This record gives sequence, C-alpha cells and structure tokens, in this order.
Amino acid sequence: MSIFVDENTKVVYQGLTGSQGRYYGLLNRAYGTQVVAGTNPKKAGEDIEGIPIFASVADAVRETGANASCIFIPAPGVRDAVLEAAEGGVEFIACITEGVPAHDEAWFFNKLKRDFPKVRLLGPNCPGIISPGKCNIGITAGHIAKPGGPVGIVSRSGTLTYQALYELQQKGIGVTTCVGIGGDPVPGTSFIDCLEAFEADPETKAVMMIGEIGGTAEEEAAAFIKANMSKPVACYVAGVTAPAGKKMGHAGAIVSGGKGTAAAKMEALRDAGALVGNNPTEAGELMAGIVAKL
Amino acid sequence: MDLYEYQGKQFFARFGIPVSAGDVARTPDEAVAIGERVGYPVVVKAQVQVGGRGKAGGIKLANDATEVRTHATNILGMDIKGHTVHIVWVERASDIAEEYYASFTLDRSAKKHLGMLSAQGGVEIEAVAEKDPDAIAKIWIDPVEGLTEAAARSWVGAAKLNPAAVDGTVDILQKLYRAYTEGDADLVEINPLILKPTGEVHALDAKVTLDGNSTFRHGDYEQYDETQVRDEREKQAHAKGLQYVGLEGSVGVIANGAGLAMSTVDIVNQVGGKPANFLDIGGGSNATVMAGALEVINNDPNVRSIFINIFGGITKGEEVANGIVQALQNVQIDAPIVIRLDGTNAEQGREILQPHLSDKLQMAPDMISAARLAVQLAAR
Repeated sequence: MSIFVDENTKVVYQGLTGSQGRYYGLLNRAYGTQVVAGTNPKKAGEDIEGIPIFASVADAVRETGANASCIFIPAPGVRDAVLEAAEGGVEFIACITEGVPAHDEAWFFNKLKRDFPKVRLLGPNCPGIISPGKCNIGITAGHIAKPGGPVGIVSRSGTLTYQALYELQQKGIGVTTCVGIGGDPVPGTSFIDCLEAFEADPETKAVMMIGEIGGTAEEEAAAFIKANMSKPVACYVAGVTAPAGKKMGHAGAIVSGGKGTAAAKMEALRDAGALVGNNPTEAGELMAGIVAKL
Repeated sequence: MDLYEYQGKQFFARFGIPVSAGDVARTPDEAVAIGERVGYPVVVKAQVQVGGRGKAGGIKLANDATEVRTHATNILGMDIKGHTVHIVWVERASDIAEEYYASFTLDRSAKKHLGMLSAQGGVEIEAVAEKDPDAIAKIWIDPVEGLTEAAARSWVGAAKLNPAAVDGTVDILQKLYRAYTEGDADLVEINPLILKPTGEVHALDAKVTLDGNSTFRHGDYEQYDETQVRDEREKQAHAKGLQYVGLEGSVGVIANGAGLAMSTVDIVNQVGGKPANFLDIGGGSNATVMAGALEVINNDPNVRSIFINIFGGITKGEEVANGIVQALQNVQIDAPIVIRLDGTNAEQGREILQPHLSDKLQMAPDMISAARLAVQLAAR
C-alpha cells in the first residue's frame, strides 16, 4: 500500500497551461499518474496533448472525477487556487509553488481546517508526492524511486529527498510513498501527519525522515515517534552549522532566538529512539541496516 | 526583510499607531534642523540593526541645538558591533511613566498568529520569558477570524497593565495587528510601549520584519530591500538573484537545492573544513546561473577551494555537466574546484567533465570524499 495517493488518484493540474505546469504535468502523466484535467478560465475547452482544460476545479471534478489537485499557479494566485481546489471537491491538494507569503499559508491552513476538514493540503513550496510505480504528483524524478517498499520517506527538502530516494534505490530498497512536505513556515501536511499514516500502512515497515533547521516540527515529530511509532525511524537534519538569524534558502529554515537548531532536533529524535545520521549518506546506511534486520 | 527603527516607525505611523515626532538625519546639520522643528529635548538614535545601541553610546538625549550637533557628530560614523552608523533618527523625547512590551508573530507550531503583551517592557523579552513567564500575556489568533476588540480587551486585562493604559493599549494592539497582517510582517514588536504621565500610550521603539515573499502586493517594499544589511558578497549574489549566505571560511560551496546546500555546508565542517558560504542555485542546469555563482565565490578573497555539489533529479547529469563546462569557459576562476555529480545520468555527466579535469578541476565520487578533497585543497 501507499499513503495519500495511489493508482486510483485522478489529478487535475491548476496551471497546466503554464510552462512549469505543462512540463511537469506531462512528465507525471508519462510516469503513469492519472492526469485527467487542467484548469484555466481563459482556455476552457482546449487541451494540452489530450488533457482537457476546464474553467475551474469544480468543472474538472464534475467532468472527470478528479479527486486530487496539483497547483503550479504563481505565488500571487495560490491563496485563491487552494480555496478553489477545496471548494471544487478534491480531497488532496499538492501545492508546488514557492514564494507564497506566510500570512496566506496561515490563512488557508486554518480555512481548510475549519471549512474543509477532510481535504489534505501538501506544501506549498514542496516537491510533491510519489507512490513509486503508482502515482507521481509534482517535480520528483520518478525513475530514481524503486517501487514496492518497505520504506516510507517524509522530508522538508527537495534535493535531499531525491538524494534519499536515489541512495535507497542504489541499495535495492523500495519505497511505499515519499512525501515532500516542503520548507515553508506553515506546511499543509506535517511530519506527524505522515508518520501517523506510515505507522498505519501495513506495507511500510520503516520510515526515513529528513528535517532541517527552523521551527519545532522535528521536535514535535520526535514526541510523536516516542509515544506512537512502533516502526523504526532513521533521520537526518540539515543545517547543523547554519548561522543564527539567516534564512538558508527555504523561508522556514532559520534559527531565531536560539530556537530551531539542528542539534536540538537531532537530540530530540535520538531521545525518541530514532537513528540519526550526520549526513544524508549515513542516514541512508542506517536505513539499509534497519531494512536488513526486518 | 528587517526594517530599521526609523522605517518601522514610519510603517507604524501609516497604520495610525502613535509614535514620537521625528525624522531621519544623515548629517549633523540635518539633525539640528529636526531638533529645531520638533522641539527640545530630543533623542538622537543610531540606526543600526543590532541590539545594545544604548550601551554603545548610540542613543543620546539633547536639550538644545549644540547638544544635538555634538551627539549627531559623535554617533554618525560610529561602529556598533561591526555596523557603521550612517543614519540617526532624531525625535522629541518622551516622559515615561511605565514601559510595556507588545508583539505579533507567527507561531509555526500552533499555525496561528501569536500576540504577546507584558507589563515588563524595555528589557529583552527573552529574559522576561525565562525569569517570569507569567508576566507575558499571550493570545493565539486564528488568521481567518482575526483579532476582535473584545478579544484584545480581555488579552490586555490578562497582562495587568496600569488601568490608565488599558484603552490606549487596546487601540494600539488592534492597529498593530492590522499592520502585521495587512503589511505581511513576520514580526512587529514595540519595546517599549510606553504610558506617559499624561495618560497617552505610545510606541517608543519599532521592530519590524517583513515577509520578502509578499513584495508582489507591496510595491513600496523595494525601498526596504535596498537597505538590507548585506556584506559585499551578499550584495553581489543578491543582484544576481542567488540564494546566498556569507560565512567565514575558505571553502566556497555551490549546490542545487536549499537542503543539499545546507547539507554541503555541514559536511565541509564535519570533515574539518570551514565553508565560505551557503549557495543554492536551484534545480536547473542553466550555465548562466552557474557562471554567476562561480563569479560571486571567486570574488570572495577568503575562498581557497570551491566545492560544487550537484544532484541530478529531473535535470539530467549531462545537462548539468554541460552547464558547468560552459560556465567555466565564461569565467576565470582562481581557486581549484571539486565537483561531485550524482543522480540521474550521473555517468554521462561525468564523461562530459572528464576531458576538462586538471589540478584546477577535480571530480569525486561522493559527497564526503568530495568535501575532504575540497578541504585539503583549501588548506594548501
């Protein structure tokens, strides 16, 4: 099994007619994802290489049965796009767009929680999600992920996620689902949401978690692991030597007021019983060790 | 984007928050003119983005034009913890009965806005939080619901301010929340928020950090981008649109992706080296971006070696390699370069790089061996 998305997921791409949306939408379809529709109010009735374009997500859902959306809309339009997707009736929204203001993220996170509690938002500013061999939504290179299992991956960083997928593939280890939750201050889906889903998924036997500096999401994940996880977890946290007060590329990756350091996060994860690598390669080796003993 | 105090006060004033009458001066003459205009006594305040200005002699009270001139002359050009003072803010001095603290920021854990209010102002709020956490009244605000007057009033009640300050504070907090949300701020802080002997409440300082992602709806924020504190290297990188953070070491770092770049900086440290920077060039294989990145690093006099760490995802190894080769043809690089190229079609990429290899351009099979090599080269 996989979490959140699988071979039955039908995806509508908001922004399919833009250059990024088109490029990745077609790549996702070539991977095998059911890319059933795109939206653009000005181009309804047209198509992108056979993928029909609708005026709105609601139209796409009604006509194609889409149950997920992938957002490639530029940052100024993301707040409306997320709301449109939720109102349109999809259950899962992956927002790839980076550069979304934090106030917009905080607003639509709480708006969904209150008015659309069954809708799961992933991102913004994330690489997306891949259940290898079944469904790939977003910008992850599908061929670096080995289908099957037993490992589930959850990560705040794009390239480090690819690195993890690739290292596991090189070691012949498969992945059930790999979720990139993104590096922004208010991610729609948290580490805990993914850990909980992996814990409940019978095919996932171990979880790899990749964190970075800033906020307290890793510490909260550690508390969850300690209290609720029976499956082994291997971790890596980037930014051990990041200076305080500087945003390291991601809007959420900042050590401020002495909080959010990698050292504190690694300590919390170790204390929770997780194995913690000092670099991505070491974390991959720790995971290989875990898998060998399963 | 961090604002200077004067920018913060002007920002607050736009939302109707009472601040002292004052203005910005770049010369002693300008400072005197402001003093004459707003009336004495005035306070002359160094504009630097670092704490401890008062202790460093950067904040002075002046009772007449002569004193303003003396203080402005001393403060302009002063070095405060490595920051040179180019601007002073001159404002009418205020009589203070009591000092409070007020702020709004995003609580990433609760995913709601967090307001903090304390009757113990004028000191570092972290110190108050440690010594006397109950002295800080907190309110969590749902961004969809906003801050109502009733909620603000009950919050102010919980902070146990002087009853004379309650109405004025409720009013300022609502305006401050508007400034925070409508202005897309990461942080707005008034410390101290003062109660005057005459009963008015007033913002005596202003600390504002704005969200750089929100500039598309705030055309005027460009002015703040221009006054950000950046070292020479950061200025160059910013002009090229690169995600760059200057560090103190000698190994220049280029990686694709923020996480990988952070990880690269970590690994250079782990193998005993000191990184000169964090630099994320994003996911593509664009030779122009790579050339720009190499130029910025090459201009850093501390750099003794350069570590390019690339993981190909959708961007294939051969495209990345071609980008690097092209970039190297376009810029003259002094320091030796170590490349680690992995991921999609890494083999093809390495083959493309092979004929270009020399003492000045070396390749390593994985992150750790590449880091070791770069650190060795930097030590030579």
